[in-house]
Amino acid sequence: MTGTALIGAAALGLALLGLAPSPAKAEPLIADLSEHRVSITTGFVGTDVLLFGATDGEGDVVVVVRGPARRELVRRKSRIGGIWVNDAEMAFDGVPAFYVVAANRAIAEIVPEALRTRHEIGSGYLRVKAEKGADPKEVRRFWSALVRNKELDQLYGKETRRVRFLGPRLFRTKVFFPANVPTGIYKVEVFLLRKGAVVGAQTTPLVISKAGIGAEVFEFAHRNSALYGIMAIAIALAAGWLAGFVFRKA
Amino acid sequence: MQIYLPIAEMSVNVFWLLGLGGGVGYLSGLFGVGGGFLMTPLLIFIGVPPAVAVATEANQIVAASVSGVLAHWRRANVDFKMGGVLLAGGLLGSTFGVWLYSLLRELGQLDLVIALAYVAFLGIIGSLMLVEAARTILRRRRPSGAARKLHQHTWLHGLPFKLRFRKSKLYISAILPLGVGLFVGVLAAIMGVGGGFVMVPAMIYLLGMPTAVVVGTSLFQIIFVTANVTFLQAVNNQTVDVVLAAMLLTGGVIGAQLGSRHTGKLPGEYLRGLLALLVLLVCGKLIFDLVAEPDDIYSLGSQVML
Repeated sequence: MTGTALIGAAALGLALLGLAPSPAKAEPLIADLSEHRVSITTGFVGTDVLLFGATDGEGDVVVVVRGPARRELVRRKSRIGGIWVNDAEMAFDGVPAFYVVAANRAIAEIVPEALRTRHEIGSGYLRVKAEKGADPKEVRRFWSALVRNKELDQLYGKETRRVRFLGPRLFRTKVFFPANVPTGIYKVEVFLLRKGAVVGAQTTPLVISKAGIGAEVFEFAHRNSALYGIMAIAIALAAGWLAGFVFRKA
Repeated sequence: MQIYLPIAEMSVNVFWLLGLGGGVGYLSGLFGVGGGFLMTPLLIFIGVPPAVAVATEANQIVAASVSGVLAHWRRANVDFKMGGVLLAGGLLGSTFGVWLYSLLRELGQLDLVIALAYVAFLGIIGSLMLVEAARTILRRRRPSGAARKLHQHTWLHGLPFKLRFRKSKLYISAILPLGVGLFVGVLAAIMGVGGGFVMVPAMIYLLGMPTAVVVGTSLFQIIFVTANVTFLQAVNNQTVDVVLAAMLLTGGVIGAQLGSRHTGKLPGEYLRGLLALLVLLVCGKLIFDLVAEPDDIYSLGSQVML
């Protein structure tokens, strides 16, 4: 069984063999990303990262991509004196900045509830901490608002993305990271399921960072903010003086 | 061609930004106004976080004011003593303003305060300008000869700490320009404007300065106040986006030159009437956004939206 899977993978031209620890005791699941680092450069408009892999036989594949955990604040407006004003807020801890799930068919058909809870598969299953003592109804309202807003920003997947099988063992899926993607270390988890049980799992890190001039500007602005401010003023003074000088002659 | 703005953390079309800078620059050249009060709301409309729009606009105004003040300096139209007193007030006011700004941002009420401040000022100034322009246009059709008293004495002239301002031919209490500077400084920090649209009328009607030195002196003060705002915003909030500022600046400089060349094409009162309508239009859009039910009454705190 293991041997045929390896032959199958090799025959299909995937250089995944090298990734397996030893050919004799091959993993039931091997996956990798087309890139392990996404650089947000000056021209960044978002990018697709390809995830591909092979299984050792029939089974269902579920992919979970999550960004670094953060504290998120959700605010609610109400109408006060005719205008809309923020007047309620709730903080959640441990919220992934990015969260997308992909699978080869409907999650509900593949993964039992207990496993979804354990592996946090689906935005409704994320273990986040709401403020202590908050009304559970309110928590639910604020949480669904957070998910809705994240979906609108393309940071949470609105629905499960497709994992495509090429033949019985090879699979691939694309994960889109939009221009506003938060930076940090992402975690890509791939699960292989058979009859409602996880038979193989693999976790791959993915680094999303700013690069190039944009990254340097951002770093500089945060590390040496006083010097950054002075330089911003100096640039403006020079530009203004230059403009005044050039257009006097014109 | 998209460009990623490192501080605003968004990707915008370069030509959009250059066009926006050019358009507002053109209007500011045409009407002889700073343009910050148009640029900041427009940046917010295209999705730049208000915090970044306000701080970055302050940075751009530094440049615009420098090129403006040079022309006035050459014609000796700057009252440095008056400018200095206004500036002292301006530095105090803008420092307080940036502090207030950070506080409001933490409370989640910054966007609301920015929007309300804009609605109030754009509404008042737009209406006043429209009325003034309409009156001038009507008066030209039916001339009447009611002359206004040149100089009136009010309780303002009884205030202590009187100073002599030779260039402005004034002997008034330093408290007056200090107060004007203070008020405008707070506005500069919170609204991302130079504040010329408030300061110029205040200098003419409240302080009684001669019109010739008003613009040069206010520009002189604006350079330092907006520089102070830029610095404090960079240190406290890290919201100054130099890439965005550079884009707006490039467009703005070219636009302003074109605009000032077209100034003579229309009579002044028609120009002011047009500007007033534009100001009221922006004001109306802001009011609409405040009053209309938002698509989602919930929003994420990290991402500030108007």
